[in-house]
Parts: sequence; C-alpha cells; structure tokens
Amino acid sequence: MANHKITLIVNGQEEELQVPSNMTLLHALREVLGLTGTKNGCEAGECGACTVLVDGEPVNSCLTLAVELDGREVTTVEGLAENGKITPLQEKFVELNAVQCGYCTPGMLMAATALLRRNPKPTEEDIQKALVGNLCRCTGYQRIIDAITEASRNGGAQ
Amino acid sequence: MKISESGLVGKSVLRTDVLDKVTGCAVFVDDIQFGPNLLHSRLVRSPHAHALIKSINTEKAEALPGVRAVVTGKDLTAKMGLYLIDRPIFASDRVRVFGEPVAGVVATSEKVAVDAASLVEVEYEVLPAIYDPVEAAQPDAPLIHPDLGEYSVANFIFPVPGTNISEQFKIRKGDVEAAFADCAAVAEGRFSLPPIEHVPIETHTSVALSENNGQVTLWASSQSPFAMRDMIAQGLGIPHNKLRVIAPFVGGGFGGKAGVTMEACAVVMAQAVPGHPVKLRLTREEEFVGTSIRQTLVSDIKVGCDQDGVLQAMELTYYFGGGAYNDYGVNIARAAGYSCTGPYDVPNVKADSLCVYTNHPVGSAMRGFGMPEIHWGLEQIMDQLAEEVDMDPAEFRTLNCVRTGDEIVSGMKMTPIDLEACIDKVKEAIQWDKKEKPTSPNKKRGKGIAIMWKAPAMPPNPGSAAVVRFNEDATLQVEIGGQEIGQGAFTVAAQIAADVLGVPYQDVTVSTPLDTKYSPYEWQTVASRLTWSMGNAVKAAAEDARSQILETVADAWDEDVKDLTIKDGIVISFKSEREQPLDKMVVYGLPNDNFEGWKGGPVVGRGHFMPTYVTNLDPETGQGTRAVVHYTVGAQAVDLEVDLETGHLEVLNIASVYDVGRAINPDLIMTQIEGGAVHGMSSAYEALKFNEKGEVINPSFVDYRIATIADIPRKIHGDYVETPIDDGPWGARGVGEHVMVQTAPAIANALYDAVGIRFSDLPLSADKIYLALEGKINQKG
Repeated sequence: MANHKITLIVNGQEEELQVPSNMTLLHALREVLGLTGTKNGCEAGECGACTVLVDGEPVNSCLTLAVELDGREVTTVEGLAENGKITPLQEKFVELNAVQCGYCTPGMLMAATALLRRNPKPTEEDIQKALVGNLCRCTGYQRIIDAITEASRNGGAQ
Repeated sequence: MKISESGLVGKSVLRTDVLDKVTGCAVFVDDIQFGPNLLHSRLVRSPHAHALIKSINTEKAEALPGVRAVVTGKDLTAKMGLYLIDRPIFASDRVRVFGEPVAGVVATSEKVAVDAASLVEVEYEVLPAIYDPVEAAQPDAPLIHPDLGEYSVANFIFPVPGTNISEQFKIRKGDVEAAFADCAAVAEGRFSLPPIEHVPIETHTSVALSENNGQVTLWASSQSPFAMRDMIAQGLGIPHNKLRVIAPFVGGGFGGKAGVTMEACAVVMAQAVPGHPVKLRLTREEEFVGTSIRQTLVSDIKVGCDQDGVLQAMELTYYFGGGAYNDYGVNIARAAGYSCTGPYDVPNVKADSLCVYTNHPVGSAMRGFGMPEIHWGLEQIMDQLAEEVDMDPAEFRTLNCVRTGDEIVSGMKMTPIDLEACIDKVKEAIQWDKKEKPTSPNKKRGKGIAIMWKAPAMPPNPGSAAVVRFNEDATLQVEIGGQEIGQGAFTVAAQIAADVLGVPYQDVTVSTPLDTKYSPYEWQTVASRLTWSMGNAVKAAAEDARSQILETVADAWDEDVKDLTIKDGIVISFKSEREQPLDKMVVYGLPNDNFEGWKGGPVVGRGHFMPTYVTNLDPETGQGTRAVVHYTVGAQAVDLEVDLETGHLEVLNIASVYDVGRAINPDLIMTQIEGGAVHGMSSAYEALKFNEKGEVINPSFVDYRIATIADIPRKIHGDYVETPIDDGPWGARGVGEHVMVQTAPAIANALYDAVGIRFSDLPLSADKIYLALEGKINQKG
C-alpha cells in the first residue's frame, strides 16, 4: 500500500507524518502521533468516542482517512486546555461529575465544544441533537447536558 | 450532619480521576504504547453453536507472510473457572457456542492477523444445539457438557451430572401446600428475559508479554486483576509470582470485565512469540458476539396472600440460561435462590433456582447479578396479586416488604434497612396518588412502582487489603486492588484515608494502575462491594498509619496518645497544646525532646477486611444462619406514556430511592442512581438476537440500540436514606448495581396502568407493544 506524506496542524502544532492510504485519522492520531486521548469505540461511526474537530467541525475520526486531511487543522481532547488551564466546558464536566468511566468523555467534550462554538446558547434539545451520536453507558447523560448548559452561561467553549 | 471528625466522610468531594478523564490523560489499555516490537492478533471463532472439532489445519495461515504464530488448544488440557472449572482457553474437541475461540493468530499487523485467521481450516461435525433453558433442563436434552460430573466445583455449588444443570439451589421453608390452600388470592405467571450485553464503550482489550526469563505480564481491561491472575495461572500452570496483571482505567465494566473473557487467549498467543507484546483488542462486533452476556431467565412464579393482602406462600422455579460455560453463572443462580422471594416477608417458600447450560454466549456477572432477572417477574406478580385483593400496589408493598430483623427466606435475620422509607419517598417524588394527563390525545399515561433487594453475591470470604504510604511532604499514596470502573471507587478510598488521617483530601493519591505485583490484594471489583469491603480495609490501613504517627509523637513528647489528634495535617496535643506538622516527620520521625535519639520512621499503614461470619446453607432446604453479609434495598416509581398509534413508550419520570447505609460521597451515589435508572430503562428495550444457527444477528450499535442522550427521561428524582449496617465503614454499603435492578418491572407495571396489558417477556419493544394494543399478540389483558 502506498504511503503518503501529509501535514496536519494538530492542536496548533504543524505535524508532518507518513500514512498509508487506508489509515484513518483515528489511527494516525493514536498510533503515529501517540495522541491517545481520542478513543476507539466501534470504528464504524456509531458511538462517537473518537470525535475530534477538523477545521472546527466535529467528525468521527474512525471514518475519516488521514490522507484526505493534508493541510487541515485537527483538534483533539489534548488540545482543549491551554497552558494547563482547562476550558469552562471541561471545568463543568469536573464540577458536575459528568464523567464516570471516562471513555466517552473526550468525544463528548469535542462534540460539545463544536456545538458551543456554533451555538453559544444551546437549548437542551439542541444539545441532545448535537450529541445523539455520542454514546455513554455510565452517566445517564443528564449531567453532560447540565455541564454543557452551565458552560454556555459561563463563556462556553472558549 | 457531621459523621466523622474531619467531616470529609459524607461530603461530595470531587473525583480523584476526573481531571485525567477530561484532559485525555487517563490511560486505558489500548493507550499504552509498546513500540515497534508489538504484534497484533485475531481469534478464529466457531461458526457453529454446537459441534465436535474433527481437525484444525493451520498450515495455510502460518504460510502467510507476516504471520508469527498460530495457536490452538490442542496442548492445553487445563480448564478455567471461579466456581465451576468448566472452561477451556481455546476449544479443542468441542465448541459450545457460536464465536467460541478455536485458534489464535499472531502477526505483524492487525490486517495480516485478520487475513490469516480466515485461512485456518477447521473441520466440524455439527451437533444439535439447544438455546431454551427450560428445554435444556429436561432429562432427555442433548448434553452440552457430558463430563460435568468430573469438573472441580466449589463446595457450595451443586451440579447435576448427566444433565445440563450446572447448579440446583433449593429453598424448602414452611409448608407451601397447606399455606396455598388457605390463601384468599393467588397469582401465577411465567416471565422471561432475553440475553443482553454489557456494552461498555471500551471493548475488551489486552496485551500479553511472555519473556524468556519465564515472566508473563498481562495488561488488561479488567475489573478483577487478581481473579484474572488466579484463573489464568490455574489454567496455564504459571506460578502467581510469574504472572503479573496490570489493569489501568476500565472504560466501563458492568460485570463484563470481571473474571476472564479472552485474556487467557492473549497469554497463550504471547507464549508462542517470546519477547513480543501481543495485543488482542476485540472489535465492537466481537464485543457483542464473543464476550459474556446477562444470562436469560425463565421464571415460573406462584404467590398467595390472605384476605388482608398479607403474603403467605410462594412457589418458584428459576431456569437461568447460563450459556456455554457456567463458571460464573452457577453463582448467579445460587444468589437468585437465596434471595428468591425479592424483598418480601414470606413465611412459606418452595423454590428451585437452576443454572442450565445452553448453546448461547457465556452468561456472567452483569450489574445486579441475577436480581434484575428475578425482579422482572416478581415485581409484576406482586402487582397482579395486589389487584386480586383490590389493594394499591404501593400500599401492598409497604404491607409486605421486608423489615430489619425479619427472618428472611434463607433463614437469616434481615440486616438493618428501611425499605418503607424508600417506598414513601418514591411515592412522594412521583406523585403516586395523582393521575396525570397524557401529553396528547393519541397517548395513554400510567405509573408503576417496583422494589428490590440485593446482597453482595460472593464466596463467604472474599478479602480486601490496603496500604497507606506517606511521602516526605506528608502527601500520601493509598494502595488498593479495587478497580475504578466509573463508579468512583478511587475517590471513596482517598476520602476515607484522608478522613481517618486528618489530612487534606487533595494530599491523597490512589496508586494506579492496579498491578498484581504491587497492589494489595482485592478479590474482585464486583457485587457493589468496594465501598463496603475495600472501604473497611482502607479505613483500617489509615487507622494503622494514624496510630504509628500518634505513638511516635506521644513517645517523643512523653505524652499520652489519647491526648493527641491530627487535624489538617498537624498533630495537636489537647493537653500541652503543642503542634507538630506531619511534613517530614512521617518519613524522618521526630527527635526526642532531650535531643538524644529519635523516634518513629517512615509511616506505612496496612489494613485488611474479610467477612468471617457468612455460613453455608443446607443443600436441601437453603436454610442457614447468615447466607450473606447484608442487603441493600430500594424502590423506584415510573411515570410514562405510550403512543397508541406506534407502540412507542416514553418514560417521562423515574423516582429512585435506595437505603445506602451511610453516604460516604452523596453526589457519587446520585451519579449511580441517575446512570443506573437510564441503564435500567435501556435494558428494558435491549435484546441480543440470534438466528437458528445461534449466530448473533445484531452485533452493532445500529442494530443493538442502547439509550442515547435523546432517550432519557425528563426527570430522574434520585434520593437515598441512611440506615447504617454494623460491618461497613461508618455503616456504608454498596449501591452501584441496585440502581437498575427493578427499573424494567417498574416500567412494565406503569405500562399496565396505562393500557391494561401485562407484558411478561422482555424486551418492551414498540412493535410488541403496538401488536398487543391491536390485540394481535397474546399478552395478558
């Protein structure tokens, strides 16, 4: 299989990497760049655990080929906090115990970050629509909704 | 109310692991980097539910470039198990379930491993398969384990050799026949549940490394690294000190990552390629097809009461479909047996709780361990009986529910609880007496209630150990073997240690990942037992460390320990009003007052806990003085509506209240109550489906739906009451599993209230409800 040299701007940092044609963004992040915060839950675009932002939009990284993203900006959960300071959204996830096992959490945070950037004051229904593809088996979701709602009152994803 | 001196116990401190989990720092097995030496693997799985293996040819697979090894079970004679040693690592002579591993391929990439797995040629002779536990329990049923009589088994499990019955638990209490003859009302029914999956978002993942020095290391997504080490060591003949299990964070367990799933296969594959770590990561499809399930249950229930509604007699037969291997399932049937009545005071009981081999996936622990299964029927039949005597279902439960000190079905005295208070609280929260209007004319609305009990289901003597180890600056590590699977176990451990030691909570770190080489022993992270059992051990370890500190100070100051305490990390004397910060002294000790010599040294506290008071039960009557350590009880009420045009059911409100003994961390209890209510609701709609070959036909999130963020109730009214027990830390007991036990029957009871149709079989799918509404399928009206 052919290898391709591509450039990705990952969490603000320019990264040059060699990827085979069939390598998904999920595997490029986890195995080539060692960014394992993005989780592999189904590799079929059904659970949302691998959600990252590409040019600010949420995508299932398990369904996206890395080679197609040459030159694009990718944000993962590792890129949310800046200089050791977590975002208001992350703070609300912490404060409201919107996390249990934590495996869905990175995907939830990325989907919610994209939502708050697009819609700074989402209703509960907006949140449900935006995160319907992000599965969680532990929390029962309400605290995730509450964390996003409260974060939106506190300056959102910024 | 301040429960402890520092006030930390009873406070909703933040989780110890939450910052790791929101920043992507939390490490799960698949996140560990092993470098270029890592090899990948794939299991070859049986395409038949029941067959003899005639031959396995691995030549073509071995010849594929990139393949490093192909392993089979032909040289592995030992079996694995916890209670009944019945399970091979790779099937070698017979497969008993679709998807059972028969070989494993190790290769340089996952793709090569997948390709090579398809080249392994296995010749089978197909045998008749059997899926229904009632049929499988019959004397003429085809035998799934002809050698059952030769398996080793725990002394409290009673298989019936020559049948498919792997466990038969009996209750014979009072005179059931005479009692039924005197009953004013009797209700009877058969209820059933399909197999369901745990569905953790992290699939089972393990990496095994066998080195030429004889050391084997296994990194595994495991709820129970010690039990995993014990079972694999036993199955492969490895000494415990040569098998090291490392278990980082677990991405959801729910019982599915207890015991051993496929981790022993990874070890066998690693042994074929010494020096190379071998990763075995289940795909989502394999997670549905090749891991354990919540076993099926068919329950026959007959219950009677007098004219005042007071329960008099119960007759029960439970047929648990334990699947192909019952190394865990036998204890589920046993637990269902000694708790067979549900949380009720019934003087006359005859019950048989059977675990039966079938050719379905392995039945194993799943949140509730037999209790969701039995309560599904029990909690509906109680409504039926209440209706017979014209009583309100909530009032009927208050009248008959078990109370502290009652002699319960197993003959033991009920440990302290207040179930009545739980019932009262859910009635109030759901506005039980108020009839609500449906939200539109094509809908009907109803309310239902259900109560539950559950004891930790374990061997009589599962132990917990803990160590508390100070650093120079008086921060400290708490070392435990109990796992963090989302429930908050690490937080509770840190909280207990900080409270006892009088140090700030943020100064406590829990040593992770769990590692059988360094972590103190813990039996398993199951049975909602950690807050209670591990909590006792951590408390004892912290008390030990505290004594060491206070004795050192007392000695150095020539004071009495009784006059000293520790507050905010400072030892204070009430008598002399002297103060000594813990900083440095917890490692370097203290100089004597006369500057001649020193006292103390590095502080390391140890503690353990093991229940010593559980007794065996009479095999013929199921009676004994103490079947279990204690029970946790609770009540749920549901308010729902049904769309008459589609059969779609929407749960609008759930009230959920449990007696937790003592709330160590109130908000973590609420997270269990809320998450459990949604898990319980989701479980009412879930079913793993099979074709006639025994193949799972819905192994994906599209076809096996779990509750999404759009499916949740509008409101979950969670609450708890506190009736302390005498053997838990500050009186605390577990609540992690209980929170979903009775949700499905509460929904079914509300559905009956709404539409007057009783659904005795799960799942409560919209098509089933619609057809029943149209009178097209036969459910009890």
